[in-house]
Formats: sequence, C-alpha cells, structure tokens
Amino acid sequence: MKAEYALTGRWYLNGDLACAEGALAAGCRFFAGYPITPATEIAERMAIRMPQVDGIFIQMEDEISSMNCILGASWGGKKSMTATSGPGFSLMMENYGLGIMMEVPTVIVNVMRGGPSTGLPTLVGQGDVMQTKWGTHGDIQAIALSPQSPQECFDLTVRAFNLAERFRTPVVLLTDESVGHMTEMVEIPPPGSIKLVDRKKPRMKPENYLPYEGGKDLVPPMPAAGDGYRIITTGLTHDERGYPIVTSETQEKLIDRLDRKILDFKDEIIDNEEFLLKDADVVVVTYGISSRPSKRAVKLARRDGIKAGMLRLRALWPFPEEAIQELASHVRGFVVPEINQGQVVLEVQRAVCGQTEVKHLGCAGRIHHPSEILSAIEEVEK
Amino acid sequence: MSAKKAKGAGVEMEDEDNGDIEVLLGGFGGQGIILSGLILGKAASLFSDKRSAFTQSYGPEARGGSCSANVIISDDEIDYPYVTEPHHVIFMSQGAYEKYVTNLRPNGKLLYDEDLVELKYRRNDIHRFGIPATRLAEGLGRRIVANIVMLGFLTAVTKVVDYDAMKSAILDTVPPGTEDLNLKAYNAGYDHGVKSIEHHEKQAKD
Repeated sequence: MKAEYALTGRWYLNGDLACAEGALAAGCRFFAGYPITPATEIAERMAIRMPQVDGIFIQMEDEISSMNCILGASWGGKKSMTATSGPGFSLMMENYGLGIMMEVPTVIVNVMRGGPSTGLPTLVGQGDVMQTKWGTHGDIQAIALSPQSPQECFDLTVRAFNLAERFRTPVVLLTDESVGHMTEMVEIPPPGSIKLVDRKKPRMKPENYLPYEGGKDLVPPMPAAGDGYRIITTGLTHDERGYPIVTSETQEKLIDRLDRKILDFKDEIIDNEEFLLKDADVVVVTYGISSRPSKRAVKLARRDGIKAGMLRLRALWPFPEEAIQELASHVRGFVVPEINQGQVVLEVQRAVCGQTEVKHLGCAGRIHHPSEILSAIEEVEK
Repeated sequence: MSAKKAKGAGVEMEDEDNGDIEVLLGGFGGQGIILSGLILGKAASLFSDKRSAFTQSYGPEARGGSCSANVIISDDEIDYPYVTEPHHVIFMSQGAYEKYVTNLRPNGKLLYDEDLVELKYRRNDIHRFGIPATRLAEGLGRRIVANIVMLGFLTAVTKVVDYDAMKSAILDTVPPGTEDLNLKAYNAGYDHGVKSIEHHEKQAKD
C-alpha cells in the first residue's frame, strides 16, 4: 500500500471498519458487494478507500454476482473480498462452492445477524456457523475465523487473506453485529511489519503446467489470467488438466485432495486461546462476541472458588476436535454459550463423544450476560 | 454486589462491580449524541491511558426518535461491552430521560440539558447536574455544538477523562475549520461544570 494511504498506529474503529482496513493491509485490491445491515460499513469504507490505493470497488446488483465477481478478480491476480450478512450469505452459497471447486483464494466476510430469512437485521446472531460448513452442496472443507473485537477484526481479516492464499480456497470471516458495530482502539502495525502470504505461482514452463495438479502440500500453483499459462477451470468434477471428467474415479481423487489439502495441514489454521485451562473442571468453549461475557463469567466463577476455564476458538473451521477430546478426558463438563439454538455445541458433543457433560446455553438477538454463563458453569460443576 | 440487567433480557441478574465506568448519553437523532459517545470513547482510548468500548442504540426505532450512545471506560480489559447500569447518564431530550433514567445506579450522576429535560421522577439516591447546553451553544452562534458543550460539562462533573484528553479527542474528530467554535463550546460547558461541582459540594457540606 502507498505509505500515505496505509493506516498505522492507534485508531478508534468499529469492527466493520477494522475489517476493511485489515483487508487493505493484507493487500486486498478488489471489493465487490451489496450493502446489507450490519455489514454496510465495510462496503462504505471500501468505497472510500479502494480508489485511494488504486483498487477497485464495485457495488453489484446482488450477492450472487458479488460472489462471482470476487472469484473472477482473484483469477485476474488480485486479492479480493466481499462482505455480507445472513441473507446475502445464503445467496452466495452456490458460488462459494464454485470457489472451493475451482480453488480460488478469496475472502467472504459474514457479519452475522439474527435469522432465518430477514430475521433481525440490526441485532446480533451466531446462526451461520453450520451454514459455513454445510450451506453449499457437496462435500467441502471450510476455513472460518471468528473475531471477538475490532482489533481481531483487523488481525483475523489479514489472517483470512493469508490462509486463502496459502490454501487456495475461499476463507470466511464469521464476525457478528456486536463486534461489527462496537468501537474500540485498534492498533495497526506499519505495512512492512505485517506478515503477508501470496499464492504460489507456477514456475514450470507453460507447456508442462497442469492447473489442478497439487504438489507436496496438495495445493496447485495458480497463475493469473494473462500470465501465459493455459487454464481450464470449471465447477464440474475435473482432472489435473482441469478437463471435466464426470466419473467416480475423478471425483474420489479430486474431493480427497480438496479435503486433505486442508485437513492434513489444519494445524496451520487452528487457533485456540486458552484461559485458565490448566486446572479447569468446567470449560467454556466459546467464539466471537460470546467470548467476552464468557471470559467475565470464568473470572467470576474463579472468584467463587470454581475451577472454570475457557477455550476460545479463533478459527471455527476446521473444528479443533483434538483440543476438545484432550480436555474431555479429564474435565467435569463443558458449557457452550452461543447466540443460536445450538451449532458449535454439536461439534463439541461429537468430539466429547459422551465422555462428559456438554451444556448448550443459547440466546437470541443479544449477547449473553456473564451471570447467565456463570449459572451454567455452576450447574455443570455440581 | 449490584443487580445488573442483561441487554434485552428483561431479567435481573447479578454481577460484581468490576471497575468499569459505564456512561450513557441519550437524546434524539440529530443532536450529535452518537458523535459525543465516539469522542468520549476516543478521549479514553487514544488520549488517556485507559481502554474503552463504544456502542450505540442501533435499529429502526433510533431513526428520528430517542437514541443513545454507550461508553465503557476501564483500566483493564473490557469483557462485557454494553452499558447495563450506568454510573453517569447525560440526557439531551425528555424521551431519553424517561427511557433510561431508571437504569442509573444509586449514587450515580444525572447530567441534563435543563431547557430540554424536565425531571419528572423523584430519585433521592442520585446526583443531579443541569446545564442549559443548547442555550449556551446558541449563544456561541451555532446550536449544533450543544453536544460539545455537554462533553465539556461531562468532563468537569464526572472526571471520567481529563480536560486535555477530551480536548484532544474533540479536535481529532470535528471537521476542519470548526475547531475554534468547538473549543469555545467545550470550554463553556467545562466552566459551567466546574461551577456546578463547587455548588454541589458546598450544598453537600451545608
């Protein structure tokens, strides 16, 4: 970024604006989107900022075209992003799958609000966690990150771009209305000191290049359109050449590689914060805005002599089941507060596999009060 | 221990006093309430050695009706980011006063524009500080700076941030070319606040 247009130092920003600045710092130079509460501020910021950094901002006619647009921009060699909320995320689902199938690095920001349908445009929700993993048809591995503050909106947006480039796949930043509209101090490092990852480019001669041949890390190198490499890319099941070959053998080989390119390297993605976990009897598994009342509740429980701890998932997908399994062998139980009817709790239960109690604590259109989570901790501790 | 209300939950719940200072600013759309909250949070976060979280009432009901800005200021990390039982409330409309005054915690400070808010409810467990903020702003030539008058008043009366921090945050935020007017407004509110505090303390002694 041109130095004069890079924000550095301490700023007072809401989560949406911090997310836009994180994208710019990560090298994003193409944004296509359709404004929607509570993600509108991201589009607004990008509309102002993109021209300043010689980037492109397009307000599309809807979210279907927005998603396609950022896939095309990525093939053009740009780091691209869109931002939306539940209803728009639903519209993006088909082409989110296309991005996964064509292996296109890009970032989708979903500032979650209450659903289903139009739901609660102005109020918080965490109901799109499972949609991120299962919302598009077919078998996919998702990568999704979950910030708890404007600072993390900046940091994790940078990380989302780095992971998208590393794994050549769409990455979802699953934030929410509370974090998006909350303003706090955001510290932005100078441009040169932010670690950035760029997609692997092919080094072989164009005639030897196979666009869908994964190397050691199972990620095929990706040229930009116009680099001189011959590309065929399609949503149909394809072989290493990119040719559509609709057979079970090709499907098995392709889907296996798409799965393993993420799952075999998931340690590079999983990002847990541990708080007072070492001697914990009751563990609160939490993410996003819910982490903040959860942390408070854990502190209150400790004050009352209950050995509570917190495992915060900064990356939701791939799910860190090993960390949960390890805890399940020796803790008394888990509490999973979520602003939904029970989503991440299902993954926790899957990992715990009946070894110990898992208590879901749901709410809707608001964040939990610490005292509610404290009560749940007390119940599990008994 | 003090009872706290969860946002929108409508049930009383308990939390200990955690060192956070909660400030609620209320008025109607167009008075610059939201901007005031942003400036206050900025004064704490960027121009003092504190942390702050700023949120606002956000929804269709906020358009043209009552709106509120919520600021939490703390020396430590802020876990719960919403105001539930404010230490200080600042009201610039009757509607906001009637909607939010009951949340003010005992011994809390109620600051209000005395031309715009009539104190209908009796509460003997709080401290009241009135200022003709809008009238003072009109005296300076622009009623639009009434919110900045209020920020000066708030700074002097509550001391949640110091004079210089708030001044820096105002200058960092207002449009170029309006600095002088806004500083005048800030000082007018601050001076009024210093006098109010002296008067309040004298009364308390008597």
